[in-house]
Order: sequence, then C-alpha cells, then structure tokens
Amino acid sequence: MSSEVLQAPLVLEYPFTRSTGPVIGAFLTGLRDGVICGIRRADGTVLCPPQEYDPLTAEPLTELVEVGQAGEVVTWAWNGDPRPMQPFDRPFAWALIRLDGADTSMLHAVFAPSAAEMSTGMRVRVVWRTEREGHIADIAGFEPIPAVETA
Amino acid sequence: MIDVAVVAFTQRQEAAISGESEVEFMVPLMEQAKASVGLTQSDMGFTCSGSSDFLAGQAFSFVMTIDGTGPVPPISESHVEQDGAWALYEAWVKIQCGGIDTAFVYGYGKSSPGSLRDVLATQMDPYYVCPLWPDSYAVEALAARLMLEGGHVSERRLAEIAARSRASAASNPHAVRSEPKSVDEILAEEHVLDPLRPSDLPAEADGGCAVVLAAGDRARELCERPAWIRGMDHRGDAHTLGVRDLTSSMSARLAAQHAGVADDKVDLAELYGPFTTSEHLLIEALGLDEDGTAINPSGGALAAHTMMASGLIRIGEAASRIWRGDGDRAVAHATSGPCLQQNLVCVLEGD
Repeated sequence: MSSEVLQAPLVLEYPFTRSTGPVIGAFLTGLRDGVICGIRRADGTVLCPPQEYDPLTAEPLTELVEVGQAGEVVTWAWNGDPRPMQPFDRPFAWALIRLDGADTSMLHAVFAPSAAEMSTGMRVRVVWRTEREGHIADIAGFEPIPAVETA
Repeated sequence: MIDVAVVAFTQRQEAAISGESEVEFMVPLMEQAKASVGLTQSDMGFTCSGSSDFLAGQAFSFVMTIDGTGPVPPISESHVEQDGAWALYEAWVKIQCGGIDTAFVYGYGKSSPGSLRDVLATQMDPYYVCPLWPDSYAVEALAARLMLEGGHVSERRLAEIAARSRASAASNPHAVRSEPKSVDEILAEEHVLDPLRPSDLPAEADGGCAVVLAAGDRARELCERPAWIRGMDHRGDAHTLGVRDLTSSMSARLAAQHAGVADDKVDLAELYGPFTTSEHLLIEALGLDEDGTAINPSGGALAAHTMMASGLIRIGEAASRIWRGDGDRAVAHATSGPCLQQNLVCVLEGD
C-alpha cells in the first residue's frame, strides 16, 4: 500500500441559487420599485404580504394586486429596549399593519417617539429606504400620520 | 388501534447547565428511563428524538445523541426537528404499524449559550419577517394586546395564571421559577415588553427528558398502572401571523376534538403554554373547566421552559400522575412555533 496521502482541492461553496418564486419574488421586486403588492383570494379578499397558497384552502394564488402605502395598526407592542439587528436602535413599536386595500396585516416597525403616541387603529404610512434592493428592509418602517392629515 | 402506554419518564431542567454538552447530560437521563423499567437500548423496537440544530449551533447535532443511546447492535430510529412530543407521536404511529411493542423517545435543548428569544426569530417567515428579527417576546406581545383590548382576557386573569404556576411549581424540583408571588405583586411588575410582564414569560431552562412507550401486555408487565394513550392528534395554523386570529387557537381546538378531550372528565391537564396568554387560550381551546381540572400541577412552562422538551415533559408529568393515582384521566399538550402555531393534544388514562 502506498504511503502517499491523497489530496484534492476543496472549495467551500453553495453551488446553487435560490429563487423567491413568482409571488414572494414579485412582492420583493415591488419593494425595490417602491410598490407594495398583495394577492387576491378566491373570496375577493387580499392578503398582504402575498402568499403563494391560500392559508385556509391551500389553493394556489396568482392574482397580484397593488395595495396602499398607508394603513391601520391592528395591534402593537412597545419595544423600549431594541435588540441587535432589529430595524431601529432607538425605542420603537412592533405592529401588525393592515394596508389600505388589504384584508390581512404585515409585521413591521413603527417609528413613534413613545408608547404614548401609539394606539390600536392609528394610521401609519410607509417610510422607504433610499437605496432599495428587493428586501423587506427596503421598508425602513412606518411612521404615524398626524391626525390633521388624516382628517 | 393498538393500546400504547407511557411506562417510564425522566427529566432534568435547570436554569443553565454549564460544563456539560447536550449528549453528556442526556446519557444519564436516557439510561435512568430505560433502567427504571428494566430495559436496555437493545430492547427498544424504535427510538425517536426531538431537538434543534439551531440551539446546538451544529448541523446533524442529534446524531451524537443517538450515539449516546448505545445503538449497538444497530437500531431503528428517527428524529424530528421539533419538540419531543412530536417524536412521541411518530413512535406511537410506528407501534400502530405493528411488529414492535416498545419505543424509546427523548427530547432536549440547551438554549442558555445563546439568547432564545432572539434565536426564535429564525422560525418566522424567512423573507417577510425574520430579517426584521422580531424576538419571541415581541411577537407574543402583539397577540397579548389583541387579547387584552378585545376583551378576551384581563391583565388580572394573566397575573392569576402566573401566580398559580408559581404556587404549583413550589413542589416541583425541576422548576426554575417557583418563588411565590401574589396577583397584586405580579400586576405591579414593570413591563418587559408592554403589555407583557416578567411573570408572563416562559422560565427559560436547559435540559431534556426521556420516555418509554410500551404496548398492551408489555406495558402491564413493565408498569403497575400504565398511562394509556387514549387519543392523540396534532394540527397547525397558518405560519403567517397576519392571516390568523391570534385571540384563539383553531389548531389546538381541532386537535383536542380529534383526541377526544371532551369525551369524559379531565382530572388534570399539563399544557405547554410558554406565556400566560398562551395558557389562557389553551384552557379555552381545549374546553377545560378549571373547577374540575387541575391545570398545570407541575407549574408548566411558566415554571421551566426547556425548548424542544417542554411538550414531551408535559406528557411525562401527566403520565407520572396517572401512575401515582393522582388522577384517572389526564390531558397533555405540546406546542411549537410562534403564537401557538402548532398544537398536539394527548389524552392519557389509567385502568
């Protein structure tokens, strides 16, 4: 038996690309372009963010629709001590936000000065990042819409 | 259906197990469970485990723990990247398939080296949610406000659940949060993440547990009063928070119906509610009557929350009480995912 040690080069790599598909991909591409998409279910309601399949019936969904860039806070939680990697390093609110034209809510951050400025049902609007790359963080967060503008 | 019973159970839970790896602390636990009914690994028809590479920080971490079972000669085994309760479900199905009359099940997790509330963000939607890193307390706080503002629960009721857990945990040597507190003391706590207070949160622990299942006459040979599994079912809600009603648990209700919870009285229930809010929803979804049913006599996950094992520990705690004659019919529940996304319900009875 030979005492020679067999050697071969090894390059550690991920030799594949991952597609986000026609629904999630469309949503993320929309964000890059400053547009927010939802998807219509068979009963006419709109899911935002869009899902590839109906969460109740598992039917494939395909009809993408644009929704509004402002909406309503469905519920919120005051994050007084933000964790590393979260959207802001200053205190902010987590919220489920139902955008105008959508029937379901998305989770994101609301940039409010204090918990006293937060309430369920309040109106908020999207704050876009200037440099966008097709990622959920293209939405920097949401900001409260002053009552004067709402009225 | 083949009658299957829980005949052995061991557990270990501590606030932080330092200086021992998962395998190191699981080996004695696994040995004790098997030895308590006079069995060895070679007696087991099937072996199934639940654990998480996300906690171990290593791919295929469960393989080392399988080595710890003493798998010589080679064994028939499987693993779920889920709480050990789902491993028990797989083992129960395997026994139903015939040909074996014993199974060994274990679950374990050591979350103390990291920050579990942050790690759990990785179980959220990988495109829409995880990149924002909402921690598990924040996610539950969103559900808690919906429940409170919608009149589904009061802050006092949540504090009562927390106080009851602490009182029950006083007699549980495995509890990591058992110092008594009154409802008013709990209501006076400062919010961690408004509207959640420290006593509303899971009591994080490291540890694991091991269970032996046996069928029919084999169970009667091994155990004086086997805890028979009379019904078991698991269901899941949608993954996305925004499409679910977070003020109730449809999947827990369905699992309870299919497991037959309401077919007879329930003496005790061990529920895996990581938060006071989740325990409240589970009592409702399972249709439990708190006057007739002892809820979480061990203190539950509010007293000791060991990721990947807390559900299987609920089954073990419920079965132990059947063996001892503390009750004749018990319900054990396990959950997984954000805001009670997946739920497993198991009905146990003594002869």
